[in-house]
Amino acid sequence: MGLAKRIIPCLDVENGRVVKGVKFLDIRDAGDPVEIARRYEQQGADEITFLDITASHEGRETTVHTVERMAAEVFIPLTVGGGIRACEDIRRMLNAGADKVSINTAAVFNPDFVQEAASRFGSQCIVVAIDAKKVSLPGEVDRWEIFTHGGRKPTGLDAIEWAVKMVDLGAGEILLTSMDQDGMKSGFDLGVTRAISEAVHVPVIASGGVGNLDHLVDGILEGKADAVLAASIFHFNEYSIPEAKLYMQSRGIEVRL
Amino acid sequence: MSSIAVIDYGMGNLHSVAKALEHVNPDVEVLVTADPQAVRDADRVLLPGVGAIRDCMAEIRRLGVDVEVAEAIRSGKPFLGICVGFQALMDFSEENGGVDCLGEFAGRVNFFGNDLRDADNQTLKVPHMGWNQVKQAKFHPLWQGIEDNSRFYFVHSYYVKLAQSEQVAGRCEYGVPFDVALAHKNVFAVQFHPEKSQQAGLKLLQNFLSWDGRA
Repeated sequence: MGLAKRIIPCLDVENGRVVKGVKFLDIRDAGDPVEIARRYEQQGADEITFLDITASHEGRETTVHTVERMAAEVFIPLTVGGGIRACEDIRRMLNAGADKVSINTAAVFNPDFVQEAASRFGSQCIVVAIDAKKVSLPGEVDRWEIFTHGGRKPTGLDAIEWAVKMVDLGAGEILLTSMDQDGMKSGFDLGVTRAISEAVHVPVIASGGVGNLDHLVDGILEGKADAVLAASIFHFNEYSIPEAKLYMQSRGIEVRL
Repeated sequence: MSSIAVIDYGMGNLHSVAKALEHVNPDVEVLVTADPQAVRDADRVLLPGVGAIRDCMAEIRRLGVDVEVAEAIRSGKPFLGICVGFQALMDFSEENGGVDCLGEFAGRVNFFGNDLRDADNQTLKVPHMGWNQVKQAKFHPLWQGIEDNSRFYFVHSYYVKLAQSEQVAGRCEYGVPFDVALAHKNVFAVQFHPEKSQQAGLKLLQNFLSWDGRA
């Protein structure tokens, strides 16, 4: 009996529609984020992460509206990420019904923004997203660096030091994506997950690379993550959330059933 | 039409709780307000809250919400506190170097600590964030239809210890045992977020909206 490890499905949303494809068997409109989020909530998802990849200004209005609709129907915590660059963006998302926002690139270019955001809205709603890539060569001591622009631009920042700094500035949670693994379906980068989880006192969400249920288990047991985020394995009905939770439970992980 | 005032003192997101109340009972008028007359006129009162206690208490006092809360509690109408809205009812919180709270109930708000560990000596993260089990400490109309040990969503770094155990309506454990629900006369208050706790949480809010304020 205790705190459950969380499973968080992630929706990539562009102009109010889920992209990257979602293929539930018995769902009418596979592209509507609200319908999909509701479906995940009913299946027992512990939270929903909504990643806004909309580029245009008009599209952003659609996003706010989508978050509003989602918050009126989905009663589990909702994190919105993508394009959060100023306190005004945070206020809009929280007012629309988001519970947390995820700050990514803006934190790299302006770390003080994290501090400002945390002191204004509280650490509990500030998630800092970290995209890390292994930069050490085989045989060297493991080292990971922060990358921006979808993993294309190195920053020279050490991932572990960066995570510690973000928490010192007020991040209430770290969303860690291992860029080498993202989309590879070969599991999380457990090394960086564990290193960051042990270096900070706030919860760490592991993301990037889940291909099967053992990967979720490894993220928790070996990576020491507090939550696991996945997209495609759930979107394409490869595994359901109850299936994932039962499997994690069978491996001794506390879950909410 | 019955009404509920969600007291707005500028701290955090009241949209979630208002939406959840509307969802469980579309016939209830939900007012997000700090207006003393509106709070006085409402049939039920809800005190929410997120963020740091010093800022919350400062706004509560600046806006006169302390008086509204005291009045609502004395009036006998159903009153629900959530998260910092629960903590604020205590005597004192050790957050922000120590802050005097409303003192409506005898109790203290303590920090989980920087070296919190479970029974297996594993380090526990602070804030306590996620779904934990709530042990119901007594029968109460607000627990009706909610299984004992149901999971609710928490996010907090400070926890309540009530001085009078007969006021404890629910308990939880995270490195230390602590009190997560208070019940006394017309007051119920919880540390977790019912508005984010799916069925169990919505059921609690629904129970609150049909509660007459008698334990």
